[in-house]
Amino acid sequence: MAERTAIIGSRVGLHARPAAIFAEAAAELPVEVTIALEGEPADEAMDASSILSLMGLGAEHGTSVVLRAEGEGAEAALDQLVTILETDHDAE
Amino acid sequence: MSKKYTGVGVSAGRVIGRVRRMPEPILAPADGAPLPQGVSAEEETQRLADASKAVATGLKERATLATGDAQAVLKATALMASDRSLIKSATKLVAGGTCAESAIWEAADAVATQLTALGGYMAERAGDVLDVRARIVAELRGVPAPGIPDSNEPFILAAVDLAPADTATLDPAKVLALVTSDGGPQSHTAIIARSLGLPAIVAAPETIELADGDYVFVDGIDGQVITDPTEAEEHLASTYANREVLPDFSGTGELADGYRVPLLSNVGSGGDAQLAASAGAEGVGLLRTEFCFLGKEKEPTHEEQVSAYGAVFAAFPHKKVVVRTLDAGADKPLPFLTDSSEPNPALGVRGYRTDLTSPGVLERQLKAIAQAASEHEADVWVMAPMISTPAEAQDFATMAKATGLAIAGTMIEVPSAAVLAGQILQRCDFVSIGTNDLTQYTMAADRQLGTLADLNDPWQPAVLHMVAATTAGAHSAGDKSVGVCGEAAADPALAVVLVGLGVTTLSMNKRALAPVSAVLRTVDFAKAQRLAKLALDAPSAELARSAVRAELSELDRFGL
Repeated sequence: MAERTAIIGSRVGLHARPAAIFAEAAAELPVEVTIALEGEPADEAMDASSILSLMGLGAEHGTSVVLRAEGEGAEAALDQLVTILETDHDAE
Repeated sequence: MSKKYTGVGVSAGRVIGRVRRMPEPILAPADGAPLPQGVSAEEETQRLADASKAVATGLKERATLATGDAQAVLKATALMASDRSLIKSATKLVAGGTCAESAIWEAADAVATQLTALGGYMAERAGDVLDVRARIVAELRGVPAPGIPDSNEPFILAAVDLAPADTATLDPAKVLALVTSDGGPQSHTAIIARSLGLPAIVAAPETIELADGDYVFVDGIDGQVITDPTEAEEHLASTYANREVLPDFSGTGELADGYRVPLLSNVGSGGDAQLAASAGAEGVGLLRTEFCFLGKEKEPTHEEQVSAYGAVFAAFPHKKVVVRTLDAGADKPLPFLTDSSEPNPALGVRGYRTDLTSPGVLERQLKAIAQAASEHEADVWVMAPMISTPAEAQDFATMAKATGLAIAGTMIEVPSAAVLAGQILQRCDFVSIGTNDLTQYTMAADRQLGTLADLNDPWQPAVLHMVAATTAGAHSAGDKSVGVCGEAAADPALAVVLVGLGVTTLSMNKRALAPVSAVLRTVDFAKAQRLAKLALDAPSAELARSAVRAELSELDRFGL
């Protein structure tokens, strides 16, 4: 099980636009990735490719979230997703 | 054959185009409705997956055509339509024996509730989830997706009425005009049309017949939709497309030769009065005091009335404000004043006549008006609606003067008052013609009946003869003031005719000030009199209008 903690970089939190970018990227990966607020149990984690689950987290700017994945390519996949989460997409 | 639909023009402009109908809203499926007979859960799951995919694909395609924020929103919505966790929870319900429509409805409901609970921005996104849900259900049912139709060609949007959510996604580059069978001048459709500058017609009930692809002419100026437009309509539309921008109203109404025609505004509240003042209105020609009473179970108190009227007076210091006393009855019933069981309310106890059945209300209102007038600097005049005889005019003037209001007049809405205007004006200070009711009573045609719309036209020569009788009476009584405060004053061509007939002031909704002023400035008084004569002598409303319009080439210049 690969695991990474990321801090939400989007200044408005994980709202529709950053959530869409992240969900799309997660869906294209070869592994299934879950996302949960830091401190929440792993079995309550959500599907990271679901925009509705991401928005439902209510993660704001600066919130820590935990990404988890298993299998081949998991490490590389999570590194890629962490970068996306920590970028402020509204500043582009 | 060409067909004409009449409604209320709420935003000016003339265009020709093809109709697209707003789809019917998607109704909720029954709670937990079972799988259709003979359909397995697997088949139903596949149907749901296909529908979700089709909606997502459609939204993605639209996203590639959009730019900026709209693109981001469409992209996010497309992802919601194929969202794995949404489809997963709906699929679970299908596996338990629920049909796809009910399953997706319930699953999306749960997500929307969760987002709403987060509050703020996320709560607003709950609406997107419900929109996606309606699209998936429409796809499952094989009916058009809800919301403004997608089209590459600009179109005329026909609807029953538009909700705020619909108008938010309305692209003015794609929509040429709005036509609704319901709604009124204050509906959301009307408001959004004016702010986007789109021609719009509301309350045109028969436009429910218009179908996708119908080729129509929309006239937001005359409030008409005409199918299969001819050369005449094409000319109007192209003239409108090449119009000049109207100059703002300068604050002084006058003809080309300097003949003064003060242009006032009709208002219905303090806020309205502020807006009218900033649009340049030279005063208020009609303050509808019903705003203070409508929707109330009981008569408003003296203090409530003083403050409501005062808010209007405050907007017009040292300017004329004509207050019409309570005009209840007929289409404006009030529980404490009017008898709803009358068989014929337009001919019943309404306007000034309610003083017969509920004495005291009018006198208390006059006292409140006098009190508010004493607290402000506006030049306050009062007038009573629905006066039919010189004796009534006398009684009203006496009552008004007893409360300390110096200038009292009457409205001319009943033909008997127009005919006896001279005698009426020997007993009061001024009159103001309410053309809407004067037309209804002269033509004996209920204002609210769409079928009689042709008779309910202030261009009817008989109505213009009533106006002429009124101004003749005013002249005989020592050149007293004759205003017009009906819709007629807001029609720039008819405004010229009214001035030519001897009307001294015009009062209209504030948006009409600029067009009416611009057209008045193109004629001198002699021409206005000549055009008035043309209209009086015409055998029909249509011919009166066309004869006058033909002499006012400036109308085309401004697209009026």
